[in-house]
Amino acid sequence: MSGIPHDHYEPKSNGAKWLHRRLPVVGLIYDTLMIPTPKNLNWMWIWGIVLAFCLVMQIVTGIILVMHYTPHVDLAFASVEHIMRNVNGGWAIRYIHMNGASLFFIAVYLHIFRGLYYGSYKAPREVTWIIGMLIYLMMMGTAFMGYVLPWGQMSFWGATVITGLFGAIPFIGDAIQTWLLGGPAVDNATLNRFLSLHYLLPFVIAGLVVVHIWAFHHTGNNNPTGVEVRRTSRKEADADTLPFWPYFVIKDVFALAVVLVGFFAVVGFMPNFLGHPDNYIEANALATPAHIVPEWYFLPFYAILRAFDSEVWVVIAANWLTGGIVDAKFFGVIAMFGAIAVMAIVPWLDTSSVRSGRYRPMFKWWFALLVVDFMVLMWVGARPAEGIYPYIALIGSAYWFAYFLVILPLLGIFEKPLPQPATIEEDFKEHYGKSGSNGDNAATPAE
Amino acid sequence: MRETLSVSHAEDHPSTRRDFLYYATGGVGAVATGAAVWPLINQMNPSADVQAASTKRVDVADLAPGTQLTVLFLGKPIFIRRRTEEEIAQGRADDGAANIVDGNARNPNIGDNASAADENRTLADFSGENTGEWLVMWGVCTHLGCVPLGDGAGDFGGWFCPCHGSHYDTAGRIRRGPAPENLWVPNAAFVDETTILLG
Repeated sequence: MSGIPHDHYEPKSNGAKWLHRRLPVVGLIYDTLMIPTPKNLNWMWIWGIVLAFCLVMQIVTGIILVMHYTPHVDLAFASVEHIMRNVNGGWAIRYIHMNGASLFFIAVYLHIFRGLYYGSYKAPREVTWIIGMLIYLMMMGTAFMGYVLPWGQMSFWGATVITGLFGAIPFIGDAIQTWLLGGPAVDNATLNRFLSLHYLLPFVIAGLVVVHIWAFHHTGNNNPTGVEVRRTSRKEADADTLPFWPYFVIKDVFALAVVLVGFFAVVGFMPNFLGHPDNYIEANALATPAHIVPEWYFLPFYAILRAFDSEVWVVIAANWLTGGIVDAKFFGVIAMFGAIAVMAIVPWLDTSSVRSGRYRPMFKWWFALLVVDFMVLMWVGARPAEGIYPYIALIGSAYWFAYFLVILPLLGIFEKPLPQPATIEEDFKEHYGKSGSNGDNAATPAE
Repeated sequence: MRETLSVSHAEDHPSTRRDFLYYATGGVGAVATGAAVWPLINQMNPSADVQAASTKRVDVADLAPGTQLTVLFLGKPIFIRRRTEEEIAQGRADDGAANIVDGNARNPNIGDNASAADENRTLADFSGENTGEWLVMWGVCTHLGCVPLGDGAGDFGGWFCPCHGSHYDTAGRIRRGPAPENLWVPNAAFVDETTILLG
C-alpha cells in the first residue's frame, strides 16, 4: 500500500499460494503490519493504539451492557442499578464502559493536539485529518447519546439542553427538534432512538478508522521532524524507518499497559470521579438540577456555546445584519460547531511550509497558548455563567478562533523557521548516537 | 432549411430517444428513492399516541388563591397559579415598568401582537371574564429550558430560575437575568367552571 519501498508478502507453502491467488488477505495483513514506520516516532505517537483499544473495549462492554439494560423511561434507571447490584461483575463492566468514554476522549485530545503540533494535518495527509475529525464528531454524538441512557437527572436535562441547540436554528429549528426527540420533549421515544444510534455509531466509527489507517498507510506516517521518509531507494528508506511489527507494536503495547494501569486505578478506586452525583437521581421533568454541566470532554465547546450572549458586539452585529434571524442562542450554536469546523479545515489555514512545530520558533508559543486556552475553556465551561466567568469564556473562545483563522495564516508569512534535518536518519543519529545507524537496515528499536 | 432539419433530425433521433430514457429512468429512480426514504425519516416524528396526548383537562376546583398547581403536559411542566389580590395588583402596577424586557404577552390565546400588560397574560374564567386571577404558563425558563421555582420566588415576587438567575414577576414576565422572553402561556381555556383544557 505504502509508497515507501519495503518487503512484500511472498506465499511459501502450496496452501498459502493457493489462497493468495484467490484472496490476498494474508498479504494485506502482512503489508499492514510490516509498514515502514519512521524510526524517530516519540511517545506522542502511542495514542492511536490507545484509541483503537478504547473502541474495541467500548464495543465489547457496550454489547454486554445491552444484554441487561432496558430502554424505557420507567425501567432504564432501575435496569442500570440492576446491572450495578445484581448482574455478575456488572459493576465492573459498567464502570469500565463509563470511564472508558473518558479514556477515549483523553486519548483523542492528545492525538489531535499531537497532530496540530507536528503538522500531521498538512499535505499530503489532509484526508487522514478530515476522516479523523469525522471520527471525533461521531465520538461526541455517541458519547452524548450514551450519557442519556442511564436516565438520571443529568441525562435528561443534558439531553434537553443539547437537543434545544437544534431548536435554535431559525425557521425549521422547532420541527427538527421535534423530529429528533420524537415528541414535544425528551421522553420514551427519545430514549429508544438514542440507544439504537448509540449502538450503531461505534460501528460506523470502526469503518472510518479503517479508512483513517488506510489513508496514512498510503501517505506514510508523519514524524516529530515532519521530514518525509526517503523513497528514492530501498537502502535510504530502510535507514529512515523500521517495520511496524515488532518494533512499534511492542512500544505501543507497553505504553498501553502503562495507560491501563492508570485507567484501572480510576475504575477501581474512584469510578465516579469524572461523573456527576445528580445522575444518580432518576430523571424528573418537573425539577431541574441547580447546575446543568455536560461531561468534562464537552466542556471547552460548551464554554464556547455559552460565551456568546446577547451583549457581545459580534452577536449584536450578526443580529442586525441578518435582520434578527441570527439571535444569541443561534450564534452560540454556530460558534460551537464553528470551533470544530475551523479545526477540521486547518490544513488549508496553515500557510507555513514547515510541517513540524519543532522548527517553528513563533508557532511553538501560540500553540502552547492554544493548549492553555483549551484547558481554560474546559475549566470555565464547568463554572456557572455568572460574574467574571462569561468574560473568561469569551476571551478563550476568541483566542480559539484567532489561532486558526488569523495566527496560523499569518505565521507562515512572518515566521522564520529554524533549520530542519535533511533526513530522519540524521535526526535519529543526533538523538540516539551512532549505535545501529550505519545506514544499512538499522535494527535498533526507536526508543 | 428543411433539408438541414431533416438531416439533423435523422442524426439526433437515436440519441434523443436514449436521452429520454435516461432522464425518465433517472426521474423515476429519484422519486422511488425519495418515496422509500421518506417513511424512514418520518418514523422519527411524534407517533400517534404521542400526538394523541396533545390535549389535557386539569381540574382546578381545589386550587385556593395564592397556590399553584404544576402539571406535566407534553413532557413539560405547566404552572397554573390562582393569584391573590396583592399579586394581581402588583402585576398591574408593574405594567410599563422599564425593566420589562420582553414587550410581548407571549400568549397564543389572544394573538401574536398583544402587549405584555398584566391583563394580556391571564386566562378568562368560564363566564368569559378576565379577573386576572388565573395565570397559566409553561414552567420552562426561556433561557435554557430549566424549571423555575415558584411561590413568590425571586426579587419580583413571582418565579426564579436557579440555573442562571432569571427573575420573573407575578405575571411571569422576565424582569432580570439572561432569559430573553416572558414565560410562555400555553393554549388554554376554561371548558366548565372548574376545568381548564390545555392544548
